[in-house]
Amino acid sequence: MEWIAAITTGGMAGFGLWMLLDRNLKRVVLGVAVLGNAINLGVLTAGRFGAQQAAFVSAGSGADDLANPLPQALVLTAIVIGFSLFIFALALLKRTRELHGDHSTDLISSMTEQPAPDWHAGEHGAAPEREHKETRP
Amino acid sequence: MMALLVAPVLVPLLTLVLCILLRGAPLRLLQAVSLSGALALLAVGGYLVWLAAGGTILSGQMGNWQAPFGISLVIDRLSAAMIAISALTGLATLVYGISRDEDAPLTGDFHLFVHGLLAGIGGAFITADIFNLYVWFEVLLIASFALMALGGGKRRLSGTITYVVLNLFATLLFLLAAGLIYGSSGTLNMGELAVLVRAGEAPPGTTPALLLMLLSFSIKAALFPVFGWLPATYHVAYTAVSAMFAGLLTKVGVYALIRLVTLLWPEYGLIHEGLLWIACATMLVGVLGAAAQTEVRRILSFHIVSQVGYMILGLALSTPLALTGAVFYLIHHIVVKANLFFIGGLAARLCGSERLAAMGGLYARWPMLALLFAIPALSLAGIPPLSGFWAKFLLVKASLDSAAWIATAIALITGVFTLLSMNKIWNEAFLKPHPQGDEQLPQRLGLRSAWFSVAGLALLTVVIGLAAGPVIDYAAAAAAQLGDPQVYIQGFLPQEGD
Repeated sequence: MEWIAAITTGGMAGFGLWMLLDRNLKRVVLGVAVLGNAINLGVLTAGRFGAQQAAFVSAGSGADDLANPLPQALVLTAIVIGFSLFIFALALLKRTRELHGDHSTDLISSMTEQPAPDWHAGEHGAAPEREHKETRP
Repeated sequence: MMALLVAPVLVPLLTLVLCILLRGAPLRLLQAVSLSGALALLAVGGYLVWLAAGGTILSGQMGNWQAPFGISLVIDRLSAAMIAISALTGLATLVYGISRDEDAPLTGDFHLFVHGLLAGIGGAFITADIFNLYVWFEVLLIASFALMALGGGKRRLSGTITYVVLNLFATLLFLLAAGLIYGSSGTLNMGELAVLVRAGEAPPGTTPALLLMLLSFSIKAALFPVFGWLPATYHVAYTAVSAMFAGLLTKVGVYALIRLVTLLWPEYGLIHEGLLWIACATMLVGVLGAAAQTEVRRILSFHIVSQVGYMILGLALSTPLALTGAVFYLIHHIVVKANLFFIGGLAARLCGSERLAAMGGLYARWPMLALLFAIPALSLAGIPPLSGFWAKFLLVKASLDSAAWIATAIALITGVFTLLSMNKIWNEAFLKPHPQGDEQLPQRLGLRSAWFSVAGLALLTVVIGLAAGPVIDYAAAAAAQLGDPQVYIQGFLPQEGD
């Protein structure tokens, strides 16, 4: 059981990393999700499989062969957190697509590397399209 | 006791909830509530520092589950100081954010997420449980994502994507490390882990997992060679946001590194040797990167990297004096760095650009701003009698004592280059006439609270510099606690055999 989980973890982690290195942003974001799930499985596996019983001790039953609940609790926490972060990344992706109509990582880097936008010194009002001087017509 | 222990998390969380409830209310009301929340957190931080200065180590178990099974919370001198200084930075950020930033006043969402960030940071400073630390990292991360994306726009969202993906990657590494540490050593409690590792009883699989965790913290702290995400993204956010990030976020990584390394490896060893070289490379690469930049916030972002190198230098040398220097550096750096970003934003606002080429004339029109810039800038470079001088003095003396000549030389050279960088900003933005003529500069702007925030932090820098004695004493006492992990551990971990 453990070696199946270990191979799956490794395979998924490799696949996730490969996707992270893609030019397409969609794949990068999905890659984070795949890598996250691989690591979740890894954390669960590191906590050992084997014991079959749920970790509840009731009056009549003995306390042997109980599965360790801690790795399960850890992974549950990580899944919830990972899911919310994934949703945020997806929202970000959607907005970027609306703005750029494109999903390439090169575009993202070049946008970030653009010089800081200028605005007229002391300008007070809202100026939604503040663009760099040289690009202004 | 327990209430006080969780107050660094509860106060910002409560304020966060109030801010959510007040989203429809007038902005003034929300700002008042938010500032009161930050003041309350500052009061808590101040009280914790006062307690910690007396030698008290607060500790407790969540839900009364005994250590090492339950989550331990511990506040020692370092934690208390970090909580107080983050509360102060949060307060300064919120005050700065009242005046308009760039083109529009910051909305209630800004206040809400700042408190979310403070809650995450507070949690990271009080926990003594590795998985819990991961959870707090995620809390502060999601708040920082939202803060960075605030305001939207092409450039900002592009930067946010880079920031999100790289930080998620680092956090995933941390999660994996936490899982592997539990899998091999059977504990997530930092105290029990420290006892195991120092006794050499940890199973062989633990060390690689711990190294993976150090790597993840190094990404968070922006150490060489994994600092690339920081200068690539910090300049796109609102000024108030990037100032808060600059002050606090990397320092959470530095704190985690200091906490883990001092707990697990109190003796100088291979880890420290590695950290020493990484620290030297971080200082040098950061400051050289800054030399190539031509925008205020990009220059300052690279300086964050180089300054983090100093703190890691202190950690790597791990003598009591070096740790004192590292703690002092942390305290001084948070104040100075956040303030430089604030001033950079203010200067950009007044000049109409943050590109140095398009700035100028500030000294003629706003001599007061020039003075306020000079204080943190000279402090950052380490000019006496400002706070940065004492921070660098302690570290340089510690590295001389340890006969780490190369590290000493690099620390001094980095100081000189820092001064050159600050000089560049000074010449371009302050001395040089404005390219469009000085009359372009506005007479006045509605930036009163931003001035207030900047002046307050500058005053604090001067005070730390002039009254360095008590602060150094506190840092030395904090370093003494760090140097003797048993003190930290016995507060919450039942001792065996006695």
